[in-house]
Amino acid sequence: MAAINPPQPQPKPSPTSPAPAHSQRIMVERKSAAQLPDSPVVFDCENVEVYYGTFRAVRGVNLAIHAHQITAFIGPSGCGKTTVLRSLNRMHDVIPGARVGGKINFHGIDLYAPEVSATEVRRRIGMVFQKPNPFPKSIYDNIAFGPRVNGIRDKGQLDAVVEKSLRSAALWDEVKDRLKHSALGMSGGQQQRLCIARTIAVEPEVVLMDEPCSALDPIATARIEELMRELKSRFTIVIVTHNMQQAARVSDRTAFFTTEVDSKFGLRTGTLVEHNATEKIFSNPSDERTERYITGRFG
Amino acid sequence: MQLADLRGNKQYADRVFSALAVAAAGLVLLILGMIAVIMTRRAWPAFGSEFFTSTKWSTADHVFGALPFVWGTLYTALIAIVIALPISLGVALFITQIAPPVLKKPMVYLIDLLAVVPSVVFGLWGVLVLSQHFGLGRSFLTAGIILAIMIIPIITSLSREVIETTPPSEKEAALALGATRWEMIGASVIPHSKGGLVGAVMLGLGRAMGETIAAALVIGSIPRITLNPFAAGDSMPAVIANQWGEADGPHKAALIALAVALFVITIAVNLIATGIVQRSMKRSRGA
Amino acid sequence: MTATSAYQESTATRRRSDLRARRSWRTTKNDLMTGLMIGAVALVAIPLVAVMWSVIARGAAIAFQHFPDFFTAAVPVVSRAPGPGMGPAILGTLLVTGGATLIAVPIGILGAVYLHEYGANKQLARLVRFMATVMTGVPSVVMGLFVYLIWTLTFGYSAFGGALALACLMLPVVIGATEQMLRLVPSQLREAAYALGTTKSRTILTVVLPAALPGIVSGALLAVARAAGETAPLLFAVGAAHEFNLHLFSEANTALSVQIFANANSSFTASQDRAWAAALTLVLLTFVVTLVARLFTARLALKR
Repeated sequence: MAAINPPQPQPKPSPTSPAPAHSQRIMVERKSAAQLPDSPVVFDCENVEVYYGTFRAVRGVNLAIHAHQITAFIGPSGCGKTTVLRSLNRMHDVIPGARVGGKINFHGIDLYAPEVSATEVRRRIGMVFQKPNPFPKSIYDNIAFGPRVNGIRDKGQLDAVVEKSLRSAALWDEVKDRLKHSALGMSGGQQQRLCIARTIAVEPEVVLMDEPCSALDPIATARIEELMRELKSRFTIVIVTHNMQQAARVSDRTAFFTTEVDSKFGLRTGTLVEHNATEKIFSNPSDERTERYITGRFG
Repeated sequence: MQLADLRGNKQYADRVFSALAVAAAGLVLLILGMIAVIMTRRAWPAFGSEFFTSTKWSTADHVFGALPFVWGTLYTALIAIVIALPISLGVALFITQIAPPVLKKPMVYLIDLLAVVPSVVFGLWGVLVLSQHFGLGRSFLTAGIILAIMIIPIITSLSREVIETTPPSEKEAALALGATRWEMIGASVIPHSKGGLVGAVMLGLGRAMGETIAAALVIGSIPRITLNPFAAGDSMPAVIANQWGEADGPHKAALIALAVALFVITIAVNLIATGIVQRSMKRSRGA
Repeated sequence: MTATSAYQESTATRRRSDLRARRSWRTTKNDLMTGLMIGAVALVAIPLVAVMWSVIARGAAIAFQHFPDFFTAAVPVVSRAPGPGMGPAILGTLLVTGGATLIAVPIGILGAVYLHEYGANKQLARLVRFMATVMTGVPSVVMGLFVYLIWTLTFGYSAFGGALALACLMLPVVIGATEQMLRLVPSQLREAAYALGTTKSRTILTVVLPAALPGIVSGALLAVARAAGETAPLLFAVGAAHEFNLHLFSEANTALSVQIFANANSSFTASQDRAWAAALTLVLLTFVVTLVARLFTARLALKR
């Protein structure tokens, strides 16, 4: 891992994408809506903890996710970042024995209230997974799947949605002539962009991304990071990443997790250490564990 | 955003679907239960003490003793196993240990082809060719041969699966000590697969006992208990098939009683066999 | 030569010659056993070839004698009469097998869906899985008697009764094969659908089942092939009619397997000939279905 990243070239100018950040000494000026103090809160987590059976996988999560920002969860393996991410769209419901404690408020509504339907939650909060998982169907049918589930049958409408989503995912030009071909014939990077297109085709409010680039090569990774910056204006994005430089590059806010060994049973439980604006976390973290993690990685 | 937005309203279709799925699965239990209950009830009048002890089966006197048929079923199945076991084992060993990879697939195809031929065709061949043409007549032996041909595919393919779980390291250990191929088989493959092979044989046994048509055609239909394989005999499924058409009430009840007995015996054998096979596969995969 | 080099040279010579294969009782035994195993393979091939030979040689003569009479004419009522006629039997086999498929396949798929997608390791699911295995071992004659008691007694002989009996035989096979295929569908596909806000039932219907379809079809076809050849259950449910009968729910019908059974016992050559021809037809039917099933399995392998 290089300690010094060379200055990055300017990306194509776009009204909402911020200037690139140097990953080492970060003195960055971001002109993003995020810095305005009143970006509304989308998620409000109060003392969230997640249990698998009797094992407490993560505890003590108190943070807020703001609209139209990219929030990154970073930390060592096993610290609960993915677990917390999955609790934001109730994906733990499909795992028998999994339980979420504390409160997760989505626009003020308790996500885990009994009257709340997980299916409805997931229509508003989408997810992109670590390993691209397109359906074994055509490219068109992959994107159209979500809208069809939501009741859109008219072919014209579906065509429009498919094109819009593929354009938003910067995939349209590459696949517009083979929409009926199987999605499994694409490269890994293309498949992941397809999964992103599929997720945004249902026009969610939030897009959760679980290490979306870890299975991809650096060029594909760069394209997806670029995509994230473009999508920020339309969606709220939360991303889990092992790659600190990535977090520093793309996110507005960062949350740092770590594992604690339970003194009673010797089990490792994940916990949130601190969360703040990204520049602050990387240049002047409040907690020494954060500082150790960040400087340790930088070598 | 209101709570109402997150409530969702399409629960019905989801619940109907899962209810249908549960119902479909429950049908299995229902059918089995009904078989047990309804058939036992119908057969009840025939379950006198004579049923299990008498060797006489006379439709005129309404005397129905099951023993000759139980004997026939067991005896023909035994003959079938005695014939089928070495052949199946030999074929399974050949396919897994000796055959060059090019031959493997066609051989497996060949075995599966044998499994696809309907039993009644085997029965036809047995009657018109084996017993008439070749003069073997209708006897325990002829039935045993036909049954053997029918259970060989099942025993072979199961044995093949079990044998293939032998860890290569055990085989290589034997070979590295200078063992010939047969010695290696005896030292590593067979001890490892013993349990599973027993289970495979028992599954074949279960199948042989329940096989109706082929037996019905060539067994001879003379209920008797004898060790002479060349004698004609009768078996449970065969007599049910052969005598049903012209049976009266009590006769029918007796035949149903035979069916219940057959049901119980074959289920028991199949359960024991499945248990043995599963346990041996689990043990060898975990190793 | 020093003592050591003499020793080295003699062991070198000895080792060189040791590498040649030595005939001993061990190698003979090995060859004998190998020979036995090859013999076993031959023993398996012989009945298959013999049966096919008889069926083709004797059956083809009658079946194609006055084409297409064999396939369209009715069964002669008088067994002694020569000449073709298994038409009703062919129709009967198709009706009964087709009906059984329509009943057993959807129920079987739904049952497997419950076992894998909803039940997993719950008590009920484990019980059903176990009982399904038990059910595959039920002798066909028992199934036939059962259907007799619950259907034929009240409603008489009919094609539907036969379909019912065969469906009971097919059901556990379809459940087992389908559950195996469902297990092969990666969980990531289901997660992707859930994450898009799809309900569980919808996910199963639009993502999981289509993904598992080739394997399910293959398993179902194999069950169909087995059912087409069954005789015993039909004896008690369908009867042995001589005329064409399109009615599913009334009147006795017949099937190829039943006719073969009935004619095999006869001492008239004409009937026996018909039996061979019917056997040929039945074997061709089952082989074709099995072949199609294998094609699906091959396509499945290719996709992965």
